[in-house]
Formats: sequence, structure tokens, C-alpha cells
Amino acid sequence: MSQLERIRVMFGAAPQKPEVIKPEAKQVHSLKRMTKADFEALKQHARDHELVTHKWRNRRWLVLILANLLFTFSFWLDIQILEGALTASRFVGFHLIDLNSALQVMLAHKHIIVNLFIGTATVFVLWAVLGGRSFCSWVCPYHLLAEWFESLHLKLVSKKLVSDHEFHRATRTVFWVIFALLAVVSGYTVFETISPTGILSRALIYGPSLALGWVLLLLAFEVVYSRRAWCRYVCPIGLTYGMVGAISPVRVEYHLEKCFHEGDCRKVCLVPHVLDVVIKGRAAELSTPIGPDCTRCGLCVDVCPSGALVFNVKGLSKLL
Amino acid sequence: MNDRKSEGQAPATATAPVPLAADGLQPAASKRAKAPVRKQANRRKFIRSLLMAGGVLGVAMLGYIPVASARKSRLRPPGALEENDLLSSCIKCGQCVQVCPVAAIKLDDIDQGFGVGVPYIDPRAQACDFSCDAVQCILACPTGSLTYTKPSSLATRGGMLLARPPVLKAKEDDPEPTLNLRERIGVARLSRPEACLAVQGKGFSGQARGSDFRGRLRYVAVDRWKPVPVRDHPYQRELCDLCVSECPIKDAIHMDESVAADGSKQYRPQVLEQCVGCGVCEMICPVTPAAIVVDQREPWRA
Repeated sequence: MSQLERIRVMFGAAPQKPEVIKPEAKQVHSLKRMTKADFEALKQHARDHELVTHKWRNRRWLVLILANLLFTFSFWLDIQILEGALTASRFVGFHLIDLNSALQVMLAHKHIIVNLFIGTATVFVLWAVLGGRSFCSWVCPYHLLAEWFESLHLKLVSKKLVSDHEFHRATRTVFWVIFALLAVVSGYTVFETISPTGILSRALIYGPSLALGWVLLLLAFEVVYSRRAWCRYVCPIGLTYGMVGAISPVRVEYHLEKCFHEGDCRKVCLVPHVLDVVIKGRAAELSTPIGPDCTRCGLCVDVCPSGALVFNVKGLSKLL
Repeated sequence: MNDRKSEGQAPATATAPVPLAADGLQPAASKRAKAPVRKQANRRKFIRSLLMAGGVLGVAMLGYIPVASARKSRLRPPGALEENDLLSSCIKCGQCVQVCPVAAIKLDDIDQGFGVGVPYIDPRAQACDFSCDAVQCILACPTGSLTYTKPSSLATRGGMLLARPPVLKAKEDDPEPTLNLRERIGVARLSRPEACLAVQGKGFSGQARGSDFRGRLRYVAVDRWKPVPVRDHPYQRELCDLCVSECPIKDAIHMDESVAADGSKQYRPQVLEQCVGCGVCEMICPVTPAAIVVDQREPWRA
């Protein structure tokens, strides 16, 4: 799958089977066509030696909570390290501005001052390097809440009390365009009104608000009707960061040789379409970077029993 | 991936035969039945997505109602752009809230629709007393929603600019005594003269707003750099003139004296052209509700 194809998938296209599979990948695919008993034995071996870990999840939760607490304490305790909210802030004096909020303001107000530009450019570079949607899983407070409520949803699904209703993934692209147009036409930052990221961030810093009711409503919707609906099908912030991080060197990489194609990774993934490559016979190369819609949350890295999915920084291994 | 999954679910979720028959398809074509089922599942998904999109956009657009129906806008922090420009340019981060030494600035909630997260001042609870000297909220604003000078491309209302730079009483002895903001956010008005203690010729003693009032004010005589709670600073006045004496701006309000027909002296606080609309008079006014209030964004009318 080319990078362009991966970007198309981010915007909502269904992942396609590769047209050309490289000979070395073909070889691995054919090697895996062993007898079922042998394959089961191999799998069992891997399972027996599996280390159940939440390494990346725990690291990520820690970073996410600390980042948000740093906002809170900068104000409450007046330590002034990270002043403002997630939409815009100052880190020891340097402007940082959320890319989607900046976009909404620029489109609605149509007048850009220097500080707004500096803050936006700084954050752009930051996330272009760190992998755009890393913002989602490593910083966004709604992501963490949704993750917790997702486990409730999955519990209810396993008891057959609720079921997951999928929406078309291109809905998010449509939302992105509509919210951008609404900002231009109406002159209001319409999306900010309902953005759970902004609402939660402000609530954590400036105290609870009625707006939290909307966030609870979203969480309830995700629990009873559609798994991770906001992050998967609505949030334009995610798409903005996805575009920014489209060529980021920080990504999860898939190694065909180590994979048993059991699909645990796709079960835990927020954006399972990026893991289409792990389906048996799909990989066109021995190692494949996971697409830009990946939030680099590391759940797949944690859950993979055979180490086929790992974090990787492009070019770093060559450099070291 | 998602699409594949829904294929798998399709026979279960789509109650297959009945709608198929209703669609006028031949039940005999059982080999090809799968394709219409998948089609139907896709159509359901499409309709579901459409409804969801409509719902979310509908909720978002509800935010227009409070904005459109607001008869009066809020008192906004100093240097704020005109209401529409403020709402569009404000990035809802609250940095202005964080730098205010008297915590006069608050953020609006979602009941204000598109105005959620936009700063305002409730002067009766806590007025802007310019304790920061330099209008810190303007310095903190990253998007130019609060600015010292308005860009020429943006509309400004008439009567917003002051005739001359306001002199800050606290800075009167400094080499540069003026406030670096030459515009007003509103104008004070004696709204209930009949309740005004001065108009009644009464004095005032005690805590201006009672013992549980949390508002703070800079008293230069106490500490120029640290505002203190108003309740810790009781007053003893023969004639109540708190709105005049506590006003942070020079020549913004004075006590008008006149002699009535019966020879008795009459008093009345009079707002002058240098009033910036900070709201300290409204906060400090000891009668409830306040006899003097700030009309937000009003121009000066002589």
C-alpha cells in the first residue's frame, strides 16, 4: 500500500488488497501455508511465551494525565509552566496553539496575528515530527475518557446487551469540510462549541461546566450504540492531526514474518482499517509502516503476542 | 476493515428475506441474494451516518440560538473586539483568565452557544480594577481577540475611543501615569438614583458588600501590588462616596453637589467622559441591587 493509498484510507476509503506483492513477502506468505497442526503449534508456542504487558498503555496514560495536570496546576498552583488550555497555551512563555482550533479561528475570523501564527507553526512542526494523531491518544483528555467507557461498551457487547453500530468512516471527512465551511460562512467557530476536547480541557483547568453534559451524552452514545463513535467518525481534530502527521517518522511498523494473523491487534485498535495489512496475505512487503490515521496509542504493540508490531522511528535505526 | 466487518454482520443485522421481497427481488436467486443484502447493509450504514451527521451538526448549530437571541452582550474584558469578531477570533483558551490578578475574567458556559469558553466580566461579583497596571489579559491573548489597538480592517463602534488616555489613580505619581488602553468597555450609569445613599444624603459604615463577599480590590494605601478582599477593608463615610473614591480612573466620576430650593445640600455621583466601564463602582456600591451599573459597550453620551 502506498503512502497515498494510506492517506485515502484515512479520509474514509476502504483499504484495498495490494496489486503487487514483493517476492520476499510472497515467500513468507507461502511459507506460512504449512499444515494447520504445525501452525497451531507455532501459535501455541508464541502464546505460551507471551508477556502480557500494558507497557505502552501505561506510559501513554501517564503522559496524557501529566500533560493535562500540568495545565491544571499551572493555573491552580500558579507554577506557570503551561498556561492556557489545550486550544491555546504558553509553555514557559512560548505560544502553542492547537492546529484545529487555530484553523477554525483563522477561517472564522480571517485575520491572523503574529502570535497565532507562531503558536500554530510550532505545534505543526511538533506533531508533524511526533506523528499527528499521537495528539489524540497521548494528549486529548476525551480520548482517555472514551477509552475507559469503551471497555464498558465492550463488556456490554460481550453480554449481548448492546451492539456496535458502525458509521461510514468518510463521515469524519464530511464533518471536517462542513465545520471548515461553517466557520468561513458563519464567522463563528462552530466546532469549538461542541468539541469535547476543548470542553474537557477547560473544565479540568477552570472548573466544571454545564458543557460537560454534552461530553457525558457522547460517552453514553458510545457505550450503548457505537464504539468510539466520536473519535472514529466525527472528530475533525483527529483528521487535522492525521493530515499533519501523514509523513511523520514516528510510527508503528508491522513485520510480516513475526505475525500469526490472529487479529488481536485489530480488535483493540481505535482505527482498525490502518491494520488491514495484518490480514493474512495482505502484506506486500516484509515490513510496512502503519498509516497516518494511526494514533500511535500502542495498544496493538502491547497486545501482539509475537512482536510483529513495534514502534519505530524512520531513519533512526540507520542513524544509530 | 470496517467494511469487511459489516459484510460479516450483514446477514444478522439485515432481516434478509422480507425487505428483499418488498424490494421486488426474486427470492429464487439465492446465489445472488448476498449482494443485495450487502447493498442493503451499506445503505443502512449510509443512512445511519447521514442521521448521525445531521444530529451532530444540529446540536452544533443550536449554539447560534443564544448568540442570536442575546438582547445584550456581556461585559467583555478590556480591549475586546466587537462581539461578533470576539466570538470568531477567541480560541477559548482562558489565558486571560489566568493572568488576571483579581480573577475578574470568567469563561462562558455552553448555555451561551457559540460563546462557550469566551471570556466575560461580571462586574458586580468582581470588577476589573486594573490592578495589573498594564492590562495583562490583552498581553496574554494569543489570537488578538483582546488588543490595545484594533486592526483597521475590523469595525469598531462609535464612542469606544476615549478622548484622552485614561490616568490610573494608582500610577498618578509614576512618570507615565496613563493606562495603555485608550478605549472603554462600557459606561457607568446611576441606574437607581432613588436607592443611592449619596442621593439620600446618607453615609456608610462597614463592609461595602457584607462579610461573605469574595471580591477584591486594589487599595493603593494598603498595597499597590496586592489587591485585598473588599470585606477586609471596611469603610466609615459621613456621605457614601465609594463609587467615586474607589474608581481606579482619574476624572471618570465625581460627586456632584447642588443646593436644593430649601437650602439643603444635594449630592449625586456623576459619571464623566473618562469612564472606561471597568465596573468597580458597580462592585463596590453597598446597596442591593447596585444603584450604579455599567452598560457594556455603550458609547459615551454627554
